[in-house]
Amino acid sequence: MNLDIMTQQSGEWLRGGGPDSDIVISSRIRLARNLSSFPFANRASAHQKAEIEHFLRDRLAKFDFLPKLHYLNLAQLSPLDRQLLVERQMISRELANAEGPRGVAVSDGETISVMLNEEDHLRLQVLRSGFSLDECWQEIDRLDDAVEQKVNYAFSEEFGYLTACPTNVGTGMRSSVMLHLPALVLKKEIEKVFRALQKINLAVRGLYGEGSRASGDFYQISNQVTLGKSETTILAEIRNVIPQIIAYERQARQALTRESRHQLQDKIQRAFGTLKSATMMTSEETMDLLSSVRLGVNLNLLEDVDIGAVNELFIHTQPAHLQKLVGQSLDGEERNSARARYLRSRLTGTQLN
Amino acid sequence: MTNDEKEFRVKNCQSCGQPATVHVTNIVSGQKREMHLCQACSEKQQILKNQELNLSVILQTMIGQHVGATSDELARLTCPACGIKYMEFKAEGRLGCPRDYQVFQKALEPLLQRIHRAMRHVGKIPPHATRNAAVQSELMDLRQKLREAIDVEAYEEAARLRDLIREKEGHG
Repeated sequence: MNLDIMTQQSGEWLRGGGPDSDIVISSRIRLARNLSSFPFANRASAHQKAEIEHFLRDRLAKFDFLPKLHYLNLAQLSPLDRQLLVERQMISRELANAEGPRGVAVSDGETISVMLNEEDHLRLQVLRSGFSLDECWQEIDRLDDAVEQKVNYAFSEEFGYLTACPTNVGTGMRSSVMLHLPALVLKKEIEKVFRALQKINLAVRGLYGEGSRASGDFYQISNQVTLGKSETTILAEIRNVIPQIIAYERQARQALTRESRHQLQDKIQRAFGTLKSATMMTSEETMDLLSSVRLGVNLNLLEDVDIGAVNELFIHTQPAHLQKLVGQSLDGEERNSARARYLRSRLTGTQLN
Repeated sequence: MTNDEKEFRVKNCQSCGQPATVHVTNIVSGQKREMHLCQACSEKQQILKNQELNLSVILQTMIGQHVGATSDELARLTCPACGIKYMEFKAEGRLGCPRDYQVFQKALEPLLQRIHRAMRHVGKIPPHATRNAAVQSELMDLRQKLREAIDVEAYEEAARLRDLIREKEGHG
């Protein structure tokens, strides 16, 4: 798998298709699994971790599964390449920054990733475009069964799949849906959504797992409870709440276009204008402005801008992607100017120099 | 421009003296500590990464608070398979091996009840699971012995142990 080629394409989850794709970006499920006869990764010696990585990599190589998985040895990749995989949501930041033997198997199309030696020996993930939790579950259930044919999972009848952290024990499942909620942020109603979700034990985090202030107005809604509820129940709880948040965001968008259309139009045009003409651009400002542009396209307040291209820019302007795209390593200031240049070229159709 | 922003304008990087662009305020046990750095130095020190919500710290606090005063009996508990002490789990928030769920069961159940509002698994059962906990920890013991045998270059013993592990793993 060539990471430079990967950079120029976008993963399936960024395709931006499917119903409600103006609000729902992607759906994701991950399963935490451990081998029965090894200590958990945090307690394993360097030698044991190498043994675990070798054992699992070997099993995955003999894997009779489609789509085909490609293995990347993370200990041998550069920090930039690891950061690229974080930005593409193929590995966690923790795994990228960890030390010792560790790896990830990524499928064609980047819908599947299998992390080795993260907090748990195995972290299986399925990531898809749009509101597609059921498809994610079917895929990851099939993947999980296929892995389990090759290895012995740590499992107990009482506690389910045994994990290094007791917050994941049971199903080991974290399922999440990523939403773009700019109107709720603009109307300052996002906090209300947070509080309501917390009451029903769902967690809200940003695009890359950050806390309260999510960049680009992207929010991931996920389950916290993994024990005492079946996978089906957990998925149904999330599935049932998402349409309500979608309706709430749509309501907020309508209210904005009705009550403050001119201010909204001005905000969107200014965002677009800045992205097309600025000469220095931080990642954070880019995310904020792209969020306004995305809202503008979805409300038909901006014409001739392709939503797929906007979705892609959110990822392509992240530090590692940007450096890969321009083909050299850049420090903070250089990145800001390269980012502005890249945005100008993509949004005005001029050549990247 | 707010007062805060004005104040930031005049700060220089504490590390190299260049104009600071990263401003961090940490509040640790009520003590406020400010840091001003330029982009390059902040990246070097990975300041921004550390500012992110640290779930494991939150969890540790929660586990610590929950477990509260640890009884002598609990404090002495050690897992025979991986060697982790209950006190270490309490401090780190991570268990050492699958066997710990059995060894520390009494202490874990109230914690699980608090985290998940449940104590028993309801959900998927691995279709090929036939191993019980005893076989699992036996396998772990065997791997440990294998490691020791290799360390002291007892290769015949190591080969015997390796075959035994393969046999016990069955389809592994």
